[in-house]
Amino acid sequence: MNLRRDVFQAIADPTRRAILLLVASQSMTAGAIASNFDTARPTVSKHLQILTECELLKQEQNGREIYYHLNPKKMKEIAEFIEPFRQIWEKRFDKLESVMKKYKKK
Amino acid sequence: MQPKTKVSAQDGKQELTITREFDLPVELLFRAHSEPDIVEEWMGSKVLKLEGRKHGSWQLQKRDDNGNVVFGANGVFHEFVPNKKIIRTFEMENTPFDVQLEFFEFEKLTDETSKLTMHIIFRSIALRDQVLKMPFAAGINMAHNRLEEVVSKLKNSIA
Repeated sequence: MNLRRDVFQAIADPTRRAILLLVASQSMTAGAIASNFDTARPTVSKHLQILTECELLKQEQNGREIYYHLNPKKMKEIAEFIEPFRQIWEKRFDKLESVMKKYKKK
Repeated sequence: MQPKTKVSAQDGKQELTITREFDLPVELLFRAHSEPDIVEEWMGSKVLKLEGRKHGSWQLQKRDDNGNVVFGANGVFHEFVPNKKIIRTFEMENTPFDVQLEFFEFEKLTDETSKLTMHIIFRSIALRDQVLKMPFAAGINMAHNRLEEVVSKLKNSIA
């Protein structure tokens, strides 16, 4: 299994990105996560399974409940790979925007 | 706050997409790509050629203070439709990188805002990943250089 491909596929989905944002602030159970979405519970479970398989989420047993929390190491790994490339374009486009605002007034 | 510029690059694919929303009318966003003087202003490279029409060609060049060429790129336009789209090839000069195919889509969002979508297709997955990683690698090199600077200053101060 190509783990890295799975990571990129995992974050390509908007619901899964929303889940990552949710658990970023605190560990949550599957039920608590699902209550934030209109989608059916099994759909959310499937998303959690994918996120766990590619190690973006980690499970932690606490009594009878399983809590999901973010794996910051994995998150950092993907962010760092593409981020410098993104920043170059961000800066370039910021420049474009500020240059063109001059022409706007004319 | 969400970053304005987004890069999407799925693993195992030889393409990537860059999207950005601008606080500019689509006409101005397009002019930033079609008028040589303006392109020079925001790209920081000299525009040697920009024939904005089907089968027209383009060439950019950047020199350092000593006049040495530090960056050169050129290509051909396949479509050049004002305020809508540009399809062009892009080739970096004096590098082992193969030519890439680029689709620019210009979209009006409101009278005052617009969106640019750049879809870039590479010859291979390996080449795309290499291009993506270049700034990452450059960042590491820069950190190393800075470290060397600091170390050499330390040495000097000791000596």
